Amino acid sequence: MWEKKPVLLIVLATGVILIGTIITMVLPFAWVNTEADRIEGVKPYSALQQEGRDIYIREGCNNCHTQTVRPLVSDVLRYGDYSKSGEFVYDRPFLWGSKRTGPDLARLGGKYPDAWHYQHMESPRAMVPKSNMPDYGWLSANQLDPQVIQHKMETLGFPFTAEEINALKGKTEMDAMVAYMQKLGSDIPWRQNAKTEIVGDLTNPYAGVGHATMEPWEELYQQNCAACHGEHMEGVIGPELIGGDYDDEVLFEIIYTGIADGGMPSFSNLGTDKVWKLVNFVKYYHLGEGH
Amino acid sequence: MENRAYNYAIVRSFVTWSVIWGLVAVLVGVIVSLQMVEPDLNFPPYLTFGRLRPIHTNAGIYGWGVGVIFATFLYIVQRLCKTPLWSDKLAKFQLWFFNATIIASAVTLLLGYTTSKEYHEMEWPIDVMIVILWVAFAINIVMTILKRKDEQMYISLWYMLAAIIGVAILFTVNAAAVPASLFKSYSAYAGTNDANVEWWFGHNAVAMALTAPPLAMFYYFLPKTTGVPIYSHRLSITAFWSLIFMYLWTGAHHLLWTPVPDWIQTLAMGFSVMLIAPSWGSVFNGYLSMNGQWHQMRENYLVKYLILGITFYGLQTLQGPMQAIRTFSAFIHYTDWVPAHIHMGTMGWVSMISFASIYFLIPRIYGREVYSIPLANLQFWLILVGQLIWSISLWIAGVLQAGMWNAMNPDGSLTYTFMETMVEMYPYWWARVFGGLIYMAGLVVFIYNLYMTVSKGKPLATQTASVEGRA
Repeated sequence: MWEKKPVLLIVLATGVILIGTIITMVLPFAWVNTEADRIEGVKPYSALQQEGRDIYIREGCNNCHTQTVRPLVSDVLRYGDYSKSGEFVYDRPFLWGSKRTGPDLARLGGKYPDAWHYQHMESPRAMVPKSNMPDYGWLSANQLDPQVIQHKMETLGFPFTAEEINALKGKTEMDAMVAYMQKLGSDIPWRQNAKTEIVGDLTNPYAGVGHATMEPWEELYQQNCAACHGEHMEGVIGPELIGGDYDDEVLFEIIYTGIADGGMPSFSNLGTDKVWKLVNFVKYYHLGEGH
Repeated sequence: MENRAYNYAIVRSFVTWSVIWGLVAVLVGVIVSLQMVEPDLNFPPYLTFGRLRPIHTNAGIYGWGVGVIFATFLYIVQRLCKTPLWSDKLAKFQLWFFNATIIASAVTLLLGYTTSKEYHEMEWPIDVMIVILWVAFAINIVMTILKRKDEQMYISLWYMLAAIIGVAILFTVNAAAVPASLFKSYSAYAGTNDANVEWWFGHNAVAMALTAPPLAMFYYFLPKTTGVPIYSHRLSITAFWSLIFMYLWTGAHHLLWTPVPDWIQTLAMGFSVMLIAPSWGSVFNGYLSMNGQWHQMRENYLVKYLILGITFYGLQTLQGPMQAIRTFSAFIHYTDWVPAHIHMGTMGWVSMISFASIYFLIPRIYGREVYSIPLANLQFWLILVGQLIWSISLWIAGVLQAGMWNAMNPDGSLTYTFMETMVEMYPYWWARVFGGLIYMAGLVVFIYNLYMTVSKGKPLATQTASVEGRA
């Protein structure tokens, strides 16, 4: 019958299309972003953070970076606590992405100190050799426009103060971007909750190994530590490592759990074996043969 | 008025422009694939991967994909309805507005005006243009169908109507936003809701723009090419209704393991698997239509394009549901496997059917024989081999990286850092550049063949025109 009646066909087809649409797309609005998934502590973006987010969108960062950690062992170990619906209530648009050419950024906030981000955006390969991320140093040359940003905050209905808007004067797009990076995923205290407690006595399994044994561990150092502490441990963003006199166990704890307020990330996801190798490499390798 | 001739001029124009935008899409694709392996090829602020990649995807979908839809539908609707277009003026407006929209999209995306929502990146003024464009197209198609001479509507016309309605609903709902300025808007939906709306759009745009229309073309051009009717009208009816019913439930399979409610993910997974049935309904209908005609695979290059195209559709609609299963998605999602999947659909299925459709149209709309069938065969092999290199290398890359992401040490820690897994991708990304270049070479051969046909092709013997008159 509809084969001879185009209007009927259109009506029927529309009806058929709307069934799945209503159930899986319209209906969820009844639960999502309501009290049901509200999370205490999730705050709207500040003016500077929101502008950073808009720049992130403008530059298409979402084409290579996702912003959602899945409740899977490897995701949680690599990036941090899995993402929760209530954390995204102020995200217009959502930025979960679909491809991880680079790592997920949902839990990036607080992982590195600001200086790391400035240097990394300026020249990704200086920090992460073989990265294919483009340079974004040119963002530092662009001044923010407080008026435009104020208007955006009003459109979004986010709270802001006159001082906050005034403080944007003289700031650059790079400042905004770094502020946004540091806000990502840090509205819930997941870092404190996920902090590893070391129990029992620690013993250095590699105590006293020779220089030659440590040689292959240099790669571990170059991959994980060199960006902040320098290729030769001379210190860059992080302090110089030569001459430190921490005990092996203390050094292990610092690397394994990080220093939350000091900008030192936790390297627990490397596993105890690699962290011990790093402890030995950092402490003894530069002393040369026969220390 | 009733004695007006069929409007082929508009079909000629849409063929030309869709091919031009197709070349742009592939060219930008090759450029961004090079930027993946050689970051120094990013030239900020305009020519960076982040800004160019949406130009690649949107030029492909809206310039090439939708351009071919316009060209073929405007032709098919006149033939199947046995009547000229309802309005030639509206069609002319549609042509110029189409090009204006594509150009405006490319320019604004280069300038960084983007919503970031995939396949819907253009900001709100462009969205308004796209809606106007689609309405103009819809009016012409629907009005032509209403004044048709043949009461019975062939299956291709149903797919057309469903696509027109589907795209209209999907696009406008996902476009809802609050403008902050002329080129900056904020989505009307937030966070998890926005994600769910976006992928309801994203996946069904594939259904309504890149599945239903190529099926409409396939159902029309395959019988026209082979000279035998479609195997089963009943099967095509069943496949049609179940396809447009089931597709709309599946968007959330792009969001497995995200904060989107579990029950939506589960429905999406279930319906994705069920979708194999209607998809393969069309595939079988195509294969069975070849009963007794398989020798044409050797004799007729158009059949080769069409059958390979529907074969890739079949493979695509098996691989897709597989990826929509939670456990498999957990492993493969976010790796290069996914772009490999998409490109089998776009380069294999949609483009194969599009090339065949254009090769079929050219003699009819220009009155000239195709310049060189050997060149058409050469093109066939270039695009086939190019696409296979592209997809297969990235499937391997995806499995490799997924394996490395999940590798664990005996003490429960991760074996590899992110960068250790990323650097393993470079050889495969180079293979993709290579595959893309071969594919582009095929496209250049196509354009050369079209150009030579139009400028130097032998005039067609009049007989074809009368055979053509059967519908």
